[in-house]
Amino acid sequence: MLRYALKRTGLALLTLLLLSVIVFLAAQVLPGNPGRAILGPFASQQAVAVLDRKLGVDHPLVVQYWRWVSGVLRGSLGTSYQFQAPVSSFLFPALGHSLKLAAVAFVIVVPLGILGGVTAALHRGGPIDRVISVSGLSLSTVPEFVSGIVVIVVFAIELKVLPVTADAPPGSSPLTQLRYLVLPAVPLVFILFGYIARMARAGTVEALGSDYVRTATLKGLPRWLVIRRHVLRNSLVPTVTVIATQTGYLIGGLFVIENLFNYPGLGRLIVTAATDKDFPMLEAGVLFIGIVYIAATLLADLFYMVLNPRTRVGGAS
Amino acid sequence: MSVGPAVEEIPEASPLGRGGAAGALDVSAGRIRREHLHQLVRTKTFLAGALILAWWVMCAIFGQTFAPFKATSPNLLSFNSAPSAAHWFGTDALGRDVLSRVVVGARDILKIAPLATLLGTLVGTTIGLAQGYIGGIFDLVVGRVVDAALALPTVIVAFLFVVAVGTSTLTLVLVIGLVFGLIIARTVRAAVLQERELDYLDAARLRGETTVHVMFVEILPNVMGPVLVEFTVRLGYAVFTIATLSFLGFGVQPPTPDWGADIAANYQYLAAGYWWETLFPALAIASLVIAVNLLGDSIEAVLAQ
Repeated sequence: MLRYALKRTGLALLTLLLLSVIVFLAAQVLPGNPGRAILGPFASQQAVAVLDRKLGVDHPLVVQYWRWVSGVLRGSLGTSYQFQAPVSSFLFPALGHSLKLAAVAFVIVVPLGILGGVTAALHRGGPIDRVISVSGLSLSTVPEFVSGIVVIVVFAIELKVLPVTADAPPGSSPLTQLRYLVLPAVPLVFILFGYIARMARAGTVEALGSDYVRTATLKGLPRWLVIRRHVLRNSLVPTVTVIATQTGYLIGGLFVIENLFNYPGLGRLIVTAATDKDFPMLEAGVLFIGIVYIAATLLADLFYMVLNPRTRVGGAS
Repeated sequence: MSVGPAVEEIPEASPLGRGGAAGALDVSAGRIRREHLHQLVRTKTFLAGALILAWWVMCAIFGQTFAPFKATSPNLLSFNSAPSAAHWFGTDALGRDVLSRVVVGARDILKIAPLATLLGTLVGTTIGLAQGYIGGIFDLVVGRVVDAALALPTVIVAFLFVVAVGTSTLTLVLVIGLVFGLIIARTVRAAVLQERELDYLDAARLRGETTVHVMFVEILPNVMGPVLVEFTVRLGYAVFTIATLSFLGFGVQPPTPDWGADIAANYQYLAAGYWWETLFPALAIASLVIAVNLLGDSIEAVLAQ
């Protein structure tokens, strides 16, 4: 079991290392000359060269990569081209904002998705099942900003029950802040609902068909008790771990939603950095999403391993 | 469902499958037969999807001839005007007819998405076949790189590379195609692993066939089912990704009519109550992705039988 855990962690670290190379290539190598990109096509070659030297991009790639990665490991994420200030002073507040919005979406979607999936499974093959499955699937395929616009038009503009932007005025009470976050959370809920419901449904259907459920039913337990005590306990194990893997994915969904709702999170930070050609900021932002994503997947794997003895052997399925 | 642990010599990054995007496919290998087609045209979801898709394809090809106005010509006398008899979907901030822009806006996304998906399928199938059949160190190395690239949501990977290489139709096709290729490689690899132990491959090897021949002539026809399903599923995600990139300002560039870009240009006016400028392009995107997914689902369902 320990060996499995160590192997998983090692693989996660290797993935992270490779990811950092990919991000480095995309953000520092492919754009060509950063000095030229910042100063534009009409700047003199001399000014470009001076800026390049200042940014340290005139060194060989290996040296640049090493400087960047060792900096990240020491907690220094580089200096923003745009603001001439440490990237970390922008990144961490933005990450905090993103996590807040993600938490709101999570708190809504997890119970809703499990409820939907279990309900669908209990009405397997019926119209309720079909409605939940089809709507879940359709909602999860529509881009977040598209469903975001629909909910803005309906709830913020026609019904006027919720604010259009996500960022509450400074100094608002937690409850007001929450009110501002509900609308942006809805598209994220849409994206995740179908997936969580599908997992919960599959787990429940499997549990319902098992021998122990048949035994419980035949020994005369009332149906609700069978469901609560025997079906749910077994069906929710895979669901819970799947939900954990969605944490990172949710952060990815925020990427778009934050731009629609003008919310100062990591997603808007990255897009703004890309628009401004602020490569250190862009690089650090994307790397951070990767770290969160890989960490969430790893934790979910380990959690699944603890919950499900069959995977501990690392052999038979 | 790809819950359950994926048990192989080299464990994938996660036994749970990844996000909603990758790994959600069940690999049910199989040849595509003629009766599949007959079954397909009888399913309602397939017909609904095909009908909507056909409409947008028609708009993409002939839209300019039947759109009521020229999609790019501004009319400063009637900007931000609500839907009316003259302008069914209203006009945008520059006075351009929203209906015309929605109709013509189908063009670029319906050009880029299928091309990118096709490229991704070709690249992904080749990589996956090689990974699954050749195996060994090649599989290990490629598998790690694929995992690393997919450790981020595909939208973000695509975004990063489009920002790096610049936005044009060609770069969008290349970037999205290559990123999707990695995802497709995973599915194809898994399907090939199921085939690898079968006798017909031993027979082919004993006949002295080359690796390339075995991969493309012997194995490929037997994994065409998952490849086709991947193609349709990825087509839906390609539309999703391109629309999102355009919305973020790194996809189709204005003034070319495009749904995502039009939303980006007009959503700031939502708060002022000019909802028609963004809602109609948004509904167009939603209808297109849903249509493609309906098609994909019905194909997957028929092949899984």
